[in-house]
Amino acid sequence: MVVLPGNANRGHVRHDAGRLELQGVTKRYPGSDRPAVDDLSLIVEAGQVCVLVGPSGCGKTTALRMINRLIEPSAGDILLDGESTRNRNAASLRREIGYVIQQVGLLPHQTIAKNVATVPRLVGWRRGETKARVAEMLELVGLDPAEYANRYPAQLSGGQQQRVGLARALASDPPLMLMDEPFSAVDPITRERLQNDFLRLHRTVPKTVVFVSHDIDEAVKMADRIAVMRDGRLVQYARPAELLASPADDFVADFVGADRALKGLSLTRIEEIELDDAPLVEAGAPSSDVLDRIASGLLVPVDGDLLVTVEGRPRAWMSVERVTDGDEVPRGPVGSPGPIVDRLATLRDALSALLDANARTGAVVDAEGRCVGLVSVDHIQGSWNAQSESAMAPHG
Amino acid sequence: MEAGRRMSLWQETWDAFNNPINDGWGQLVTHIELSLVSLAIAAAIGITLGVISAKVGKVASFLVIAVANLGRTVPEFAIMALVVALSSIGFWPAVVGLVALGIPPILLNVYTGIANVDRDVIGAARGMGMTAPQITARIEVPIAVPSLFVGLRVAAVQIVATAALAGLVGAGGLGVLVLSGLTTNQDPVLLAGAIPIALLAMSAQLIFVAGQRLATPRGLRLERADLSEQKG
Ligand SMILES: Nc1ncnc2c1ncn2[C@@H]1O[C@H](COP(=O)(O)OP(=O)(O)O)[C@@H](O)[C@H]1O
Ligand SMILES: [Mg+2]
Repeated sequence: MVVLPGNANRGHVRHDAGRLELQGVTKRYPGSDRPAVDDLSLIVEAGQVCVLVGPSGCGKTTALRMINRLIEPSAGDILLDGESTRNRNAASLRREIGYVIQQVGLLPHQTIAKNVATVPRLVGWRRGETKARVAEMLELVGLDPAEYANRYPAQLSGGQQQRVGLARALASDPPLMLMDEPFSAVDPITRERLQNDFLRLHRTVPKTVVFVSHDIDEAVKMADRIAVMRDGRLVQYARPAELLASPADDFVADFVGADRALKGLSLTRIEEIELDDAPLVEAGAPSSDVLDRIASGLLVPVDGDLLVTVEGRPRAWMSVERVTDGDEVPRGPVGSPGPIVDRLATLRDALSALLDANARTGAVVDAEGRCVGLVSVDHIQGSWNAQSESAMAPHG
Repeated sequence: MEAGRRMSLWQETWDAFNNPINDGWGQLVTHIELSLVSLAIAAAIGITLGVISAKVGKVASFLVIAVANLGRTVPEFAIMALVVALSSIGFWPAVVGLVALGIPPILLNVYTGIANVDRDVIGAARGMGMTAPQITARIEVPIAVPSLFVGLRVAAVQIVATAALAGLVGAGGLGVLVLSGLTTNQDPVLLAGAIPIALLAMSAQLIFVAGQRLATPRGLRLERADLSEQKG
């Protein structure tokens, strides 16, 4: 817990991340013979992402909702930064824990800005401070405050709504975030983008996160630690690589799936492997420069093609002849930029993008969409081989 | 000839309305007073009961809703007759009858308005640390406002129309003109009562439709527009 200097956050204490500990937590619903969560013990270190996975009905949501006391445990204790949550006022505890659900649940009658400001208003932040925070949060989740602050939830797509849900959960700077299948309700492309943006965001704001998922690929991608649950019990709690390399029992092996080697591709991110230089030429640059750079070996066309960019962002692959046809590199989009892969995407995401586009190489881009290199199927396979040889040694 | 006769019927009606014996203006004012007082009381009771039945346990709310629904099926005339039979005649007994008539549509619409608030919205609000009273005041009530206005509109139109029967129970109002027109077989007098009642009912309808538009939060209007786009 750090109190920030200056007047940027006068009156509120900044929590970085909290350590979460569940001790023998059990939940019995009335009228059911078998506990929904059974003697669950686990520790999430400050700043880590713990993903709870398991088949539907295994008790993930129940476990998550006991942490912010939307559900009261029947037995056991939950500690946040060493302090039991039992003796806290439930509402004030919840204001210190971010909460994101699959259905988002934005207040339909309030603007996006007001939605994001919900918890700061509940805990009585000053108006100006709240307003600045709202803008900061919207920017953090990739929504331009000028454009979105005064819109209403009904005017946003599902993916945008979930970004607002994230901004809202982060607004009061909670040390802990609870996320219940937050990206399950959107299409696969939006989901991957939300995952990458969330990982990026988590680097900027390293909160402790408990994330529920039913998707093992998502778990492997997002988690520092994966907790596999079955019938309310914890069957394995391990790093993703360990989980893939040595499942604790047949159930976990089954849940992980027969294609564990393929799943291992989710362990590595594109940013972790070496990329090829992309033959980038900026639209509008003089053709003579392009030819000079090719002649001097600074620019190496791929299969006779160059990647035309606009402000560094991939625009179109074009043959050298096309590019150098006129006095300057053409500005109009002639051709396609091919598959585009986020640096934070996993090798699996990248392979899937390349296969989908039926392409051998794809442009890798940073958070701003600028091209930082090329990834190819060969790269992915090379890195996969290396990984298999080291027998999926724990990473991270 | 036809047009001339019709012209004169209008004229006779207007004269009857202004005739001090019928006192159209005075009865109009009484009619409006009766309606407004009744609607205000019905709204206070209906909103309170509607919010409570949406919030409390299932059994209690089921009873209230069942009674309210039943109340809607009882004919207006029967309610007014019952009130007079049980109490006496005059302004306030008429108000009691009209209030009884106005409560069910208000109560039921407030109840459904609140009960239909998206459970996920409530769930997320609870998860963020809103207390139950905060959820009611900041979420459920604002979202139920459009529905409340539907209830107010139905109640208002019904009260204005039924207040005509108040003439029968000695509470005054435009019903007095209708009644006297009927008993003395004078069409102009009857019309001098009936036409203003119809105009009042239509005004109530228009006022509450406009009120609903004004009071519906913008975000909810957009939501509704989205829905209709999807349907059509
Ligand atoms: N409110 C409840 N009352 C009774 N049983 C419940 C309730 N909520 C969940 N359950 C039961 O508890 C078990 C775990 O549910 P849940 O935590 O929602 O699982 P998951 O999120 O992993 O799908 C299920 O068998 C479910 O039917
Ligand atoms: Mg669940």
